[in-house]
Amino acid sequence: MATDKQTLVSLYKAMVRIRLAEERVAQIYPTDKIQSPIHLCIGQEAVSAGVCLAMKKEDHLYGTYRGHGVYLAKGGSMKEMFAELYAKDTGCSGGKGGSMHLIAPEVGLMGCSAIVASTIPLAVGDALAAKMQKKNRVSVAFFGDGAVAEGVFFESLNFAALKKLPVIFVCENNNYAVHSRISDRHKKTEFYRYGDVFGVPGKRFDGNNASAVYDSMRAAVAKVRKGGGPCLIEYVTYRLYEHVGPAQDHKEAYRELKKLKHAQKHDPIRQLEGVLTKKHKVPTDLFAKWQSEIRNEVTEAVQFAEESPAPPPERLFQHLYAEKS
Amino acid sequence: MSILTYGESVKQAMTTAMERDSSVFLMGIGVDDHKAIFGSAKGLVDRFGHDRVFDTPIAEAGMTGVAIGAALGGMKPVHIHIRADFLYLTLDQLFNIAAKWNYMFGGKMSVPIVVRAVIGRSWGQGAQHSQSPQSIIAHVPGIKVVMPTTAYDVKGLLLKAIFDPNPVVMIEHRLLYDIKGEVPDGYYEIEFGKGVCRREGSDLTIVATSYMVPEALKAAEFLSTHGINIEIIDPLTLVPLDEELILRSVKKTGRLLVADTGWTYCGFSAEIASRVAERGFSSLKGPVRRLGTAATVCPVSKSLENIFYPNAKTIVHEVCEMLGKKAPNSEVPLLESRFKGPF
Repeated sequence: MATDKQTLVSLYKAMVRIRLAEERVAQIYPTDKIQSPIHLCIGQEAVSAGVCLAMKKEDHLYGTYRGHGVYLAKGGSMKEMFAELYAKDTGCSGGKGGSMHLIAPEVGLMGCSAIVASTIPLAVGDALAAKMQKKNRVSVAFFGDGAVAEGVFFESLNFAALKKLPVIFVCENNNYAVHSRISDRHKKTEFYRYGDVFGVPGKRFDGNNASAVYDSMRAAVAKVRKGGGPCLIEYVTYRLYEHVGPAQDHKEAYRELKKLKHAQKHDPIRQLEGVLTKKHKVPTDLFAKWQSEIRNEVTEAVQFAEESPAPPPERLFQHLYAEKS
Repeated sequence: MSILTYGESVKQAMTTAMERDSSVFLMGIGVDDHKAIFGSAKGLVDRFGHDRVFDTPIAEAGMTGVAIGAALGGMKPVHIHIRADFLYLTLDQLFNIAAKWNYMFGGKMSVPIVVRAVIGRSWGQGAQHSQSPQSIIAHVPGIKVVMPTTAYDVKGLLLKAIFDPNPVVMIEHRLLYDIKGEVPDGYYEIEFGKGVCRREGSDLTIVATSYMVPEALKAAEFLSTHGINIEIIDPLTLVPLDEELILRSVKKTGRLLVADTGWTYCGFSAEIASRVAERGFSSLKGPVRRLGTAATVCPVSKSLENIFYPNAKTIVHEVCEMLGKKAPNSEVPLLESRFKGPF
């Protein structure tokens, strides 16, 4: 493990920030204050944290409807996220996007889409723009294992390889596409090798090990930034909550008990806590302090969201077309 | 001022835009080959290089996403499809991404892309090389839709489209490509949402799009020799629409025929008819009528293709019925096209 203590602490805090925010979302959801679909990434935090922390702020990431993790890890405002979930005027998308459509261009989170795989070619196009403008920017297409069945995924791999673009394809494999197992969707399940035929090299890592995600992503970012061409990384993790909504659904037929047990045993936050405790002698009360600080941040964000106004009626047509680019 | 064909005018617009702004680029299947999209991209690759004028893999959906991503990354892409039928492959990216990005993120990121597509007609273009998708695209809020008719229009509208911060779909017509017209040298834009009166008249208004404009002009010329004066309105941009120009014309003539290059059912012609019914009903002396391609698949056989399309003759017939006049006995001269295939 090459990662230093300071980075591990940052990864830890980033993951806890996602977990506590999402647990609060799940807690609030039954009150109906958040009236739009939510897709939680609890249990998958190491992927968002490791990927985003390995990027520079000016690097661009395109995400999915399961976007709280990347939004927060890339540096998006907690307040604006909760306000967006509450569909308020002060939300990061002005209350028009909701949980599925988070954005924070100021920190390189370029938008999240609810159509599976639809943002993959956007990241490729963004990388094309970077190359044409001779900017040293890297872009990341962040998607789930469900997306690797879509046509635009393969079209994107081919074009990125053809033009040797500075783009990284990150597949966050949480085992399920909605309620469908990988084995029900694919004969060949080594998704990291799906770029092979196009000339996009791939690797697979444990997506519940934050430092492994960070180290592998950092190496990929460095290589891609130097002009090494695109690559594909698959991070294997496990979705602990239902596909959409605030509950857990481990008793449903599509779930695999063995994988759940493995995921629970390898919780990304608990794992890193263990490393920080044993190897870096971080005292228990320090974890509690960080958690308490983050809880306060979440509480303030919820309060901000609750107190914020709903978008006024004149917003209905505003932003349909941009006035200036 | 120069006399240019529509295709040459497209090329001049692209050249002007690319000289003016280094973020403008042209991508699409065939832009850098020896045919260069009916000559409309001829020489651009030599002038601006392969980075700014490039062929793409045949992957319309993915490449549309690439264009959108490039726009989000700060570029101004122009993506051309040699036949509009291929746009159907791009609709997820156009409708779910390009049309939504600015709105769904509260105005944080706009998508300045231009998607160009050419409608085919005649010489057996058949079921999948002939479609006019403007109504489908205009249905979805968030995209602007333009249909330039003349060489002058195509340059000014393309320049306007390229420098507009929003996604613009520009639908061209293969049979317009060889028609010449006066084109100002240098940079100019044609405003969106401003239609043009192609011909003034008092008896009946024809709202015509794209290649139906020359068809309507041919019909009007013939009808004028029989004492019927037709006014022809070309909206030029379907989104935004110059509704006032149409309403003013109908107020003057009291009669409306809409002639569109697409199907009539749920089509752009239906939109115009309903707008006039909603806001100009009291001006109407009789029912609105519409002409479009027959409500069937475009056939290859000439005997069927000829009756699939509306033309100057069917326009004359329709106008006479609307005015309660007997159609003149003399043969209606048909519009001559220089297009002899294959593509």
